[in-house]
Amino acid sequence: MKNNFLLRATELLTGLLFGLGLMASGMTDPGKVIGFLDLFGTWDPSLALVMGGAIMVGVFAFAVAKKRTTTFLGGVMRVPTSTHLDKRLVLGSLMFGAGWGLAGFCPGPAMVSMADGQPKALLFVVAMLVGMWGFELMERFVHAPRQAKLKAG
Amino acid sequence: MNLDWAHFTPWASLAGGVVLGLASAIFILINGRILGISGIVGGLLPPKRGDSAWRLAFLLGMFAAPAVFHALMPAQYITVPRIDASEWLIVVAGLLVGVGTRYASGCTSGHGVCGLSRLSPRSLVATGSFMGAGFLTVALVRHVI
Repeated sequence: MKNNFLLRATELLTGLLFGLGLMASGMTDPGKVIGFLDLFGTWDPSLALVMGGAIMVGVFAFAVAKKRTTTFLGGVMRVPTSTHLDKRLVLGSLMFGAGWGLAGFCPGPAMVSMADGQPKALLFVVAMLVGMWGFELMERFVHAPRQAKLKAG
Repeated sequence: MNLDWAHFTPWASLAGGVVLGLASAIFILINGRILGISGIVGGLLPPKRGDSAWRLAFLLGMFAAPAVFHALMPAQYITVPRIDASEWLIVVAGLLVGVGTRYASGCTSGHGVCGLSRLSPRSLVATGSFMGAGFLTVALVRHVI
């Protein structure tokens, strides 16, 4: 019970911290994101520093996480183990990158910008949720039955 | 290549990045989870019993960020976001990002920050792919079409 409260509080604070980091770094400004992706125009390298700063800290955290089997609170450590490279990973990422380049929003910054009262960010988030849900439905009603059929056949 | 010195914010971006890294560190070491936004949100569509509270708590905190940011930061550090894409383009982009991130099991946070930090080959391929597609898309939209 006490642990559960601690977990919810940590999640809330981590979400807040993450949102603040996105705002401070400039990720919530699509103009800045597109300025970074615009290699052939006047290039704004800021986002390379965002990634660099985040990974600089992340490398240490994940090095510690990999050596442990439980979290600091004694919970399950869910570090992904898959190393399988497939079509889904590449095609999905290409689609994501195209959308990212078109609007300058990725999921986190779009939702923070929506909470900041930007109407276009709200529109983006609604479309994104429709896309995510659409994917979920395709998985369940098209992909999964097809896989089952292939296995049975 | 010309640098956009007017918009370049090395210190704010580096500091913001460090904060993103800290948030990812707390999430894996205390909660035992990868801080990946598309995964956190996607897992709520539809919500599953016993697997929603942590997602909602995180998102609630994230939604509170703009109010806290405006309260803490002096006005001169707050810039107005430049959202130039038309409404139609925003919808197309949102759909692509929604489907794409779920299809690839991750976005900028899960693959880009956490994945690269733990030296995952899958995330390296994903990040290379979405960055490449982003560079190409902006090159096409800004300099070809």
